[in-house]
Amino acid sequence: MKILDFADKLNLDPLYEASKDIEVEGVYIGDLLSIVMSKAKKNYAWITIQTHINTVAVAELLELACIIVVENMEVEEETLDKARELNIPVFKTKASAYEIAAKLYEIGIK
Amino acid sequence: MTDKLLIRYSYNIAANDFIAAGKGSSSIKNTLKSMGIDASTIRRIAIISYEAEINLVIHSYGGMLHCDLYENKIDIITEDKGPGIENIDLALTEGYSTATESVRELGFGAGMGLPNMKKYSDDFDIASSREGTFIKITVLLQEV
Repeated sequence: MKILDFADKLNLDPLYEASKDIEVEGVYIGDLLSIVMSKAKKNYAWITIQTHINTVAVAELLELACIIVVENMEVEEETLDKARELNIPVFKTKASAYEIAAKLYEIGIK
Repeated sequence: MTDKLLIRYSYNIAANDFIAAGKGSSSIKNTLKSMGIDASTIRRIAIISYEAEINLVIHSYGGMLHCDLYENKIDIITEDKGPGIENIDLALTEGYSTATESVRELGFGAGMGLPNMKKYSDDFDIASSREGTFIKITVLLQEV
């Protein structure tokens, strides 16, 4: 599923929509960066409550599809600046990680 | 097969600079990508160099991150100015961390840094004293 379609179906609020509409190939949920580094893979959507600038560095290194910040956490401006610089899409939602995961399952990402 | 160093890329990593953290690893990744190194090797190097870089930011007084390219392998090397690792065996244990609470809140300090570096390496060397820590991680390149 393409990233914009995915964001639309999940009702995600775009904080930065990158100029790329890539295929989301998987999902990883996690807030500990080392674990995410070792488990998430290229073109995965990453669901997290982390909002600081280093999340973008992790997403860029792993070539993740996007970052989805859950629980309506406030995302720092410097994080979004970095996301714009590295062209990493960042979305936000009031939903919890579990609710987003359940929706993902519903729309066929298994 | 040769052990001749082809090129070294070096990055100065400042202590506690979480804004810049990851820049060195990102530059290494993009360089290797432009050289046509295979994706799975690049992923391993990215994980190793990022963990190494973050360790310098969190735990050291600052240091250097190097990427040494050979014909048949890549070495990621860090050299820092201290304060050293008190117990290397403990530091290599998954889940053991000496990171502060404020650093953990940012998602670091999972106690997976050194274990991840070792896990994704073909060879892992570490030496530490109060004057500094030296780490060399080797990833062998796949025959094309």
